[in-house]
Amino acid sequence: MTQTVRNILIVGVGGQGTLMTSRILARVAVNMGYDVKATEVHGMAQRGGSVVSEVRYGEKIHSPVIKKGDVDVLLAFEKLEAARWISYQKPGGKVIINDVRVDPLPVMTGKAKYPNDIAQHIAELIPDTTIVDATELAVECGSAKAANVVLVGMLAGALDIPGEEVEKAVREMVPAKALDTNIKAYRRGVDLCK
Amino acid sequence: MKQLMSGNEGIARGAYEAGVTVAAAYPGTPSTEIVNNLADYAGVYAEWSPNEKVALEVAMGASFGGARSLAAMKHVGVNVAADPLFTFAYTGVNGGCVVVSADDPGMHSSQNEQDNRGYGIFAKLPVVEPSDSQEAKDFTRLAFELGERFDTPVMLRVTTRLCHSQSMVELGEVLEQPLKDYKKNSQKYVMLPVHARPRHVAVEKRMAELREYAEDTGLNRIEWGEPGLGVITSGVVYQYLKEVMPQASVLKLGMTNPLPEKMIRDFAARVERLVVLEELEPVIETQIKAWGIAVEGKELFGNIGEYSPEMIETRLLAPDLPQPVVLQREIPPRPPLLCPGCPHRGVFNVLRRMRVAVIGDIGCYTLGALPPLDSMDTMVDMGASISNALGIQKARGEEFARRSIAVIGDSTFIHSGITGLIDIVYNQGQTTVVILDNDTTAMTGHQEHPATGRNIKGEPTPRLDLEGLCRAIGIQHIQVVDPLQLDVLTETIKTELARPEPSVIIARRPCALLVKEPVKARYYVDEDICNGCRLCIRLGCTGIHWKEEEKVAQFNLDNCISCGLCPQVCKFDAIKTVEE
Repeated sequence: MTQTVRNILIVGVGGQGTLMTSRILARVAVNMGYDVKATEVHGMAQRGGSVVSEVRYGEKIHSPVIKKGDVDVLLAFEKLEAARWISYQKPGGKVIINDVRVDPLPVMTGKAKYPNDIAQHIAELIPDTTIVDATELAVECGSAKAANVVLVGMLAGALDIPGEEVEKAVREMVPAKALDTNIKAYRRGVDLCK
Repeated sequence: MKQLMSGNEGIARGAYEAGVTVAAAYPGTPSTEIVNNLADYAGVYAEWSPNEKVALEVAMGASFGGARSLAAMKHVGVNVAADPLFTFAYTGVNGGCVVVSADDPGMHSSQNEQDNRGYGIFAKLPVVEPSDSQEAKDFTRLAFELGERFDTPVMLRVTTRLCHSQSMVELGEVLEQPLKDYKKNSQKYVMLPVHARPRHVAVEKRMAELREYAEDTGLNRIEWGEPGLGVITSGVVYQYLKEVMPQASVLKLGMTNPLPEKMIRDFAARVERLVVLEELEPVIETQIKAWGIAVEGKELFGNIGEYSPEMIETRLLAPDLPQPVVLQREIPPRPPLLCPGCPHRGVFNVLRRMRVAVIGDIGCYTLGALPPLDSMDTMVDMGASISNALGIQKARGEEFARRSIAVIGDSTFIHSGITGLIDIVYNQGQTTVVILDNDTTAMTGHQEHPATGRNIKGEPTPRLDLEGLCRAIGIQHIQVVDPLQLDVLTETIKTELARPEPSVIIARRPCALLVKEPVKARYYVDEDICNGCRLCIRLGCTGIHWKEEEKVAQFNLDNCISCGLCPQVCKFDAIKTVEE
């Protein structure tokens, strides 16, 4: 067991499946014998708003909340959300950005502009940034529905979590008939972030 | 065996281990999952009550009846339950009773951020504050013993961060808790003035005993570190402190009312600098200052919003932190919004176009107040829409009454709207009330309520008949409409507003998240016809957005569920259906 604490920030838009992903990660960390704390947003903010969940694991964890500037891995299900939380990043930390654009209300109504090159801009400032179209990869693996599993795989790769631990969790969460597709999607994700 | 649990799951587990058999609540973020979880434990009767006052009275009754019981609510719910709560402190308990107050510093999902530790002092109740899920379980369990020992209900005060954070919990044995005897004792339980006077004396004696207990309870403990800085803290803030300043000396309070004066004096005398870390109000700090002890707190941290680990680190240590990454781009905000197909959207679209004053209420539909729907004038508390509307109309007269309307959700109406409606009939108002009936308590995560016809376990139960209820109250004009039929809805609202009598419009359609209908049609915008008027954009739906380059609307079919609203608002028939 490593002595260091790992801090993972998972961000996205309400309804994208960020909570499910953070719960999988927390469960995996528990299975690996770590102390784990996680925190998430419920209620009104979930209705299409910006959502964030935080997972911390290590030998001993006190705060469920990650200190600003301490994020080891930022996983963004949507690129504008990556930008919103980038100031929490630890120098030298990893960023995984799903190349998906979901317009927030002010953009939908024409009151604000969506910064088109936002993912590339982040990649310029933070060297360890991986931009991926998880949906496209999932389609290649058999189903667009496996997009979140690609991201889970990337997270596992980035955190260097042993593959069988997460695969076990993936097996528990997906229907049997979709298992092959999801395992394929998961491994594809791991390979991207090794 | 250890398992990962949220604070709310920990509270539920602690209550179960303590032998709780009756639990009641009205849903409210961040408290909802407590009684939701308790409902899954064998041998526990759990209910969604119509409101928090009823929930507390049910739990209180169970306590009088000799059972261990629990009532859970969000901080503002305690205001609703305050009437029974204050006098419950006088009667005391038979079976132990824990009242959970889930406060919301930072107002993640609330209309204010009141600090309910104040209720502990005001109502004279012991207040227990856990700092993680393990303590949430253990302190809940202990609170029942504490309450029975001192003959008092106990307030378990938690915050959003505690409720919705997960951490490891070692489960305990489940206690066999036989029902206590029920004996009539009117001196204790009938709070006539003649009985209440000696009970007040008993309450003060109990508080004195609790102050003694506070000095040596395991709930409060000192962790000695360096003597340079001593911190007194409680709740999840303790965890933030341990994270950023593990070297500090800490007096961790698990019981924040009453405070252990001697323990605090001793601690203060042995540290060079004394700081209180407490979110929101200076509840602990003020008492310490009253004892003449020098202490810092609110002048460093303020009384607004949540604390964070970096806030504690920077304000106490002023360290050299690495500069955060700064982006050279404007990041537009992402406010929450009504879901695609949400039935509330139709109502707010019509009300905005009619330019009436909308006296609003609490629920998902409060999002109708935000741009672009921008159609709500007031929102204060559960049920306020109806009585606020009567008041504003009595103040401004009949002409204003024809241009103003109350909107309230089904669950909120049952919670606190019914008495307001009675007032309108009784005092001959002419208010029009729209009940947004989506057959659920949506915002807190789709809980059942009396008009859904299902109980907390989803089992069938007699359904409250909203039309029948309004009729019985004396409303003569009750219309039921589909909120997505804009022409009918508009006409109905016009007719009812014009009437010099009160009326109720029930806008009935289930929450779009509960109905999984196949998408009926695939829309597109005919760009030759669309003139960029933005009427459809003003619906504020993720299914349709503005294309700046072409100055036209465009669909995002991933989100559209073809609810049919935007084709109805388009005056130029530019929204068309793809012929399959």
